[in-house]
Amino acid sequence: MRQLSVKKIEAAISNLIEESAYKLPADYLEAMRAAEEREASKTGRIMLTTLLDNASYAESEQIPTCQDTGMAIVMLEIGQDVHLIDGNLTDAIHAGVRAGYADLRKSVVSDPLERQNTADNSPAIIHTEIVPGDKVTITLAMKGFGAELMSRMQMFPANAGVERVKEFVIETIELAGPNACPPVIVGVGLGSSFDGVGLLAKKALMRPLGQPSPKPHLAQLEQELLNAINDLGIGPQGFGGTVTALAVHIESYATHIAALPVAVNLNCSAPRRAKIEL
Amino acid sequence: MTKTIQLPLTAESVKQLQAGDVVLLTGRLLTARDAAHKRLISELEAGLQLPIDLKDETIFYVGPAPAKAGRPIGPAGPTTSGRMDPFTLPLLKLGVRGLIGKGYRSDRVKLALIEHQAVYFGAVGGAAALLARQITSAEVVAYADLGTEAIRRLEVEDFPVLVVNDCHGGDAYSAGREEFQKDS
Ligand code: SF4
Repeated sequence: MRQLSVKKIEAAISNLIEESAYKLPADYLEAMRAAEEREASKTGRIMLTTLLDNASYAESEQIPTCQDTGMAIVMLEIGQDVHLIDGNLTDAIHAGVRAGYADLRKSVVSDPLERQNTADNSPAIIHTEIVPGDKVTITLAMKGFGAELMSRMQMFPANAGVERVKEFVIETIELAGPNACPPVIVGVGLGSSFDGVGLLAKKALMRPLGQPSPKPHLAQLEQELLNAINDLGIGPQGFGGTVTALAVHIESYATHIAALPVAVNLNCSAPRRAKIEL
Repeated sequence: MTKTIQLPLTAESVKQLQAGDVVLLTGRLLTARDAAHKRLISELEAGLQLPIDLKDETIFYVGPAPAKAGRPIGPAGPTTSGRMDPFTLPLLKLGVRGLIGKGYRSDRVKLALIEHQAVYFGAVGGAAALLARQITSAEVVAYADLGTEAIRRLEVEDFPVLVVNDCHGGDAYSAGREEFQKDS
C-alpha cells in the first residue's frame, strides 16, 4: 500500500494558499479579458479593466488581490489504496491553513454567535471523499464571503420543474446585485439531499471556466441561464452592463421522488481556487 | 468626467456630486466595518463619549489585509455596505458626510443621505491591491483589539470611487441597470 505523509498534505495546502492569494486562475483571467472586449457599458469596461490591472499588480508585487482572502475550503479525494502516515489528517490540514494564512487577513471567528476571531484563519472547512486509486487530490477554495453571503438554497417539491429552477437562480443574482462583486461565477447544485445540494453547488464553482457540463441537457441549461442573467443589466460591479456573470456551472446528483433541491453558490471578483494531486 | 474631491467633505462639495460620477478622493478618512459599528452604536446607546469625532468624516467599510514591510497598509477594498445599514442613521446624525463601500443600501439610509446631505460612494470590490496603492498612511485610532476591524485613520491620494447614492436621490445602481436591462 502506498504511504503518504500528512506533512506533505500540510505543506501542499500552505503553498496553494500563498500562491492563490496573489495569483488568480488563468482561465478566470482569460474569461475576464474576453468580457472586457464584449462589455457594452463604458463604466462596465472600466470596472473590468480595473480588476484585470489589479490582478497583474497583485501578482507582480506578491500581495493579495483582495483584502478578504476568505475562509479555506479544502476538498480531498483520497484514494482507497493510500495509507496516510505521520499524524492526524485533520490537524495537518488546519496546520497548513494556519501557515498559508500567516501573512494574510484573519477572517474566521470560532463561534457564529460569540464571534471571537481565531487569529490564524483556522479552522478550514473540510470535505473528504474516498475514491479508487492511490493518489490524494486536494482542491482548495479561498472563499470570499461577500459572495458567499448572497448564496441561497431551496428545497422545491418534485414537480417544480426547470422553470422554477431558472427563476430561483435568476432571483438569487438579482438579490445579490453589486454585493457579490460581479461579474460573478454561478455554481448551481441540483438534486441530492439538503446537505448534499450545497456541496454540489460548491463543486460547480471549482470547475474551470470554459468547460460546459458533460451532460447535454445541463450544458444547455447553463447557457440559457447565463444569457438570462446577463440580460438583467446588473453589469460589472453592479453599475449596469452586459456582463453580470462569466459562467454558470451546474452539478447534479440523484434525488428523492418527492424533491427538487436547488442551491446557488456565487463566486466573486476574487475566485481563488487551486488543485494538486499528491 | 472625473472629479477630484478633497476630504473632509463639506455640505457644498457633497451637493456637487451626482450618482454615476467618477471621483478621485484626496485627504483623510476613517475605516470601520461590522465589529466597529456595533461597538460605536453600543457606546452611543450607553451615553458614552465616542473615541473619535465623526463630524464631516468619511467612513470606508474595510478590513485591510496585513501590510507588507515598507507599505502603510495591505490590500484594502470595500466590504458589503448593507450590513452597516442598521448602524448608519445615528452616525449620519453625528455628522458623517461620506460612506465608501460596495453594494445596495436600504431605503432608510438613502433617505437619510438626502436629509443629512451626505453621499455613498462605491469602490471597486476585488480591486484591493490597486486601491491600497492610493493610501499613503494608516494608523489605528480606536478599538485596536478588533484587529483588521479596528478603526483606522487613513490618508488617501486620488482614491478612485464612483458616486452610488447622492444627496439628491440619485442611484447609480438602478440607473445603470435600467440602461442595460433587456426584456425577456
Ligand atoms: S466578494 Fe470577493 S471580490 Fe468582493 S470583497 Fe469579498 S472576496 Fe473580495
